[in-house]
Amino acid sequence: MDLRVAITGHVDHGKSTLIGRMLYDTGSLAEGKAEEILASSERRGLAVEWSFAVDAAQEERDQAITIETTRVWMHYGGRRIVIIDTPGHREFIKNMMSGAADADVGILVIDALEGIQDQTYRHAYLLRLLDVPEIVVAVNKIDAVPDAEARFAQISRDIRSVLETAGKPLRAIVPLSARDGDNVVKRSERTAWYSGPTLIDVLVSLHPAAPLADRALRFDIADVYRFNDDERISVGNVIAGSIAPGDRVRISPSGATTRVRGIKRFPEDGSPARAGEAVGLTFDDPVFIDRGDVVTHADQPGVAATAAFDGVFFWLSASPPRTGETLQLKVGRAEVAVTIVGIDETIDLGILDKVAPDESSRHSAFALRLRAARSVAAEADARCVLLRAGEVVGGGKLAHVEPANGRADNLVLAGHLISSESRAHRNGYRGLVAWFTGLPGSGKSTIAMAVERELFARGYFVYVLDGDNVRSGLNRDLRFSREDRQENIRRVGEVAALFADAGAIVIASTISPHASDRAAARAAAPGAFHEIYVRASVATCESRDVKGHYAKARAGELPDFTGVSAPYDEPERPDLLVDTNASPVDSSVSAVVEYLIRAATAKEALLSFSI
Amino acid sequence: MDSLDRLEAETITILREAYRASTKPCMLWSIGKDSTALLWMARKAFLGRVPFPMVLLETFMELPEVYSFRDELIEKWQLDYFAQICPPESEVDQTLPPATRAAARKTEGLRTMLREQKFDAVMVGIRRDEQAMRAKERVFSPRRIDGTWDVKEQPPEFWGYYTTSVPDGAHLRVHPLLSWTELDIWEYTLRENIPYVPLYLARDGKRYRSLGEKNITVPIDSNASTIEEIIEELRATRVPERAGRTMDNESEASFERLRAGGYM
Repeated sequence: MDLRVAITGHVDHGKSTLIGRMLYDTGSLAEGKAEEILASSERRGLAVEWSFAVDAAQEERDQAITIETTRVWMHYGGRRIVIIDTPGHREFIKNMMSGAADADVGILVIDALEGIQDQTYRHAYLLRLLDVPEIVVAVNKIDAVPDAEARFAQISRDIRSVLETAGKPLRAIVPLSARDGDNVVKRSERTAWYSGPTLIDVLVSLHPAAPLADRALRFDIADVYRFNDDERISVGNVIAGSIAPGDRVRISPSGATTRVRGIKRFPEDGSPARAGEAVGLTFDDPVFIDRGDVVTHADQPGVAATAAFDGVFFWLSASPPRTGETLQLKVGRAEVAVTIVGIDETIDLGILDKVAPDESSRHSAFALRLRAARSVAAEADARCVLLRAGEVVGGGKLAHVEPANGRADNLVLAGHLISSESRAHRNGYRGLVAWFTGLPGSGKSTIAMAVERELFARGYFVYVLDGDNVRSGLNRDLRFSREDRQENIRRVGEVAALFADAGAIVIASTISPHASDRAAARAAAPGAFHEIYVRASVATCESRDVKGHYAKARAGELPDFTGVSAPYDEPERPDLLVDTNASPVDSSVSAVVEYLIRAATAKEALLSFSI
Repeated sequence: MDSLDRLEAETITILREAYRASTKPCMLWSIGKDSTALLWMARKAFLGRVPFPMVLLETFMELPEVYSFRDELIEKWQLDYFAQICPPESEVDQTLPPATRAAARKTEGLRTMLREQKFDAVMVGIRRDEQAMRAKERVFSPRRIDGTWDVKEQPPEFWGYYTTSVPDGAHLRVHPLLSWTELDIWEYTLRENIPYVPLYLARDGKRYRSLGEKNITVPIDSNASTIEEIIEELRATRVPERAGRTMDNESEASFERLRAGGYM
């Protein structure tokens, strides 16, 4: 197997030049290529531009930059090494990731004069996030600095402090000159103070990682084929371990167990399949299997069925993640809609430090808490991507997965035999959650009860879950601490989602001041959740003060009272805004009724929602 | 698993992902060594059948041995095959250099096919080591309605997560052989005993190293008369594979212009 080596680092620190030099010095340039590079350089009024060996696009050559990642093969000492060039500009970081993600070795090029720059930090972090097994630092242009030995020692210390914090040592740090070839393939006489290996010596000492044959079995299902009517073949990849006919296996996330009947290959079936292979499986029992399922041996702990994921994601889109936003998560072959219920950290990769969320920009990393409405098989440390409207916007690793109900091994979700579609079809409308949020005294309960009466009169199955009413029963064990308030909202959200699934129009009316709590409630009823912001200014609410709470809060008798002594996160993009400052109750009620009927009977609503 | 096993598993995985992601896929088959090896792996991926059509972009300029090899293999492997007739040279971009213009006929043929037949995934057996602009490709390359390629606007692609959705009418170009080299293909062809067009073997001191249309491809000097000898020759040579392809070498940018227009 070829060793894959990604060349990374800051703009103009000499990545492409280093590649050109390596190809030239190892005799790996094709015949005529050196001449073509010379001619192309001359045409642009340049001295020899070795980077043209990889920067093939006209725009790359004219601007002397790398835009798109590329791969070239290098031959040295009987070894074949794939060199992956990556762009240094932050605008092209998605291309850097695309190039470096499957590398066995990352070379981080640092200009000896300029030292560590923001893209050096960013690429260093990404090499770690991407799990590139070995990192080598090349301190380039070493011939151009006075007192090179001291400068080299300084840069070595600096980069070690950045890259070795993760507990993984650097493979080597090599002082070199890409332009002149010092310590690239040939040992340099100009760095007599350096006794370590040349760059090529380091590379030929490394080997690509072998497939994980000695681990416990993990087989990812990619598809199920049924070409002839007789047999269903589950195709996929042996990610780790091996699998043989007769093995007893468990399928996650369903938890079902069965026995492997056969290993399907062409032209000949049979024989165990080992890590790295792509094969098909048949089973003894007619178990239901789908893409994204994971097969393990039945005597091993299965892969958790989970709907709660925490992870750190590198962000590739210009618009940052938002709390409450719903994205697609791909983990292994599984794909599931997830809602961001919390953003715990924002890391600016240009300085490798945490920053306030509002300073977040493209090319930062985010620690996200994600919730799905459906469980999938996933493990901690799994690499995954997030998509927005079909485009990959983030990539990262799951730090923590919360097994569904804390008992992943024996949890088997019961499947309803009646689909949401059938219920909607019979009722003629779709169940949904109308989530009223707003300050105390904004008019939520008044409007909610009037809407309930109106929808009931029109023949809809409708019910109000009112904050205070729920607290007197289901939630009577909860008090008013931050945790209890969060749990209160969580339960209301879950109950509302069940009602909606049963076909009801549920009006959940609570203050729900925190955006993250509302996002969690949205995640419980994906596609069926409608946030309705009942807006009134604090002054208006206080002047109404139906329950006398504002007066008590002002007098200090009610601590943490929303609007007075506790904050209210205004919804950024409510599905419907009802302003009770100006409008009378009647018109607010008809606005909500009209909105809900439209939402419950919309064609998309009748098709899209399923739990 | 050796190197060829791992390359084969990667290609089979990509083929299955493409089949899963599309509703109407097809595979281009130039009948050369690469797309025939890819066809071989498609039979493995789908356990003996190829569940989509194989398409030749037909210019009627292939060598006669190529056509007879095609007919034999269609019969032997029971392939779903059709030829997409490409328009004449007079209908392609006249500002391209002559041989590049001849090659661009295939781009036009491909466009016509996509417009008329509405394939949403087209699998193509190009490799990164063939040509510097092909080296910049993604495995899954979403293409606009007109099939053009913007090297600066490619989606991120890592850890085997591919961009599999395209707008209506657009399509996915899928490249399952990007990681393979010319040498790998021959070693695999030898190991698997895959049939190939005999023109690759030397006759009277000449052989075709890269098989294109007869008006824009020339054979190279060689005495390699078996695959083993081809492999030996490739291990020693520094002459690029497509040196015999006139269109690659007409001007510095000719291949880039071809690819930007939607060429394979």
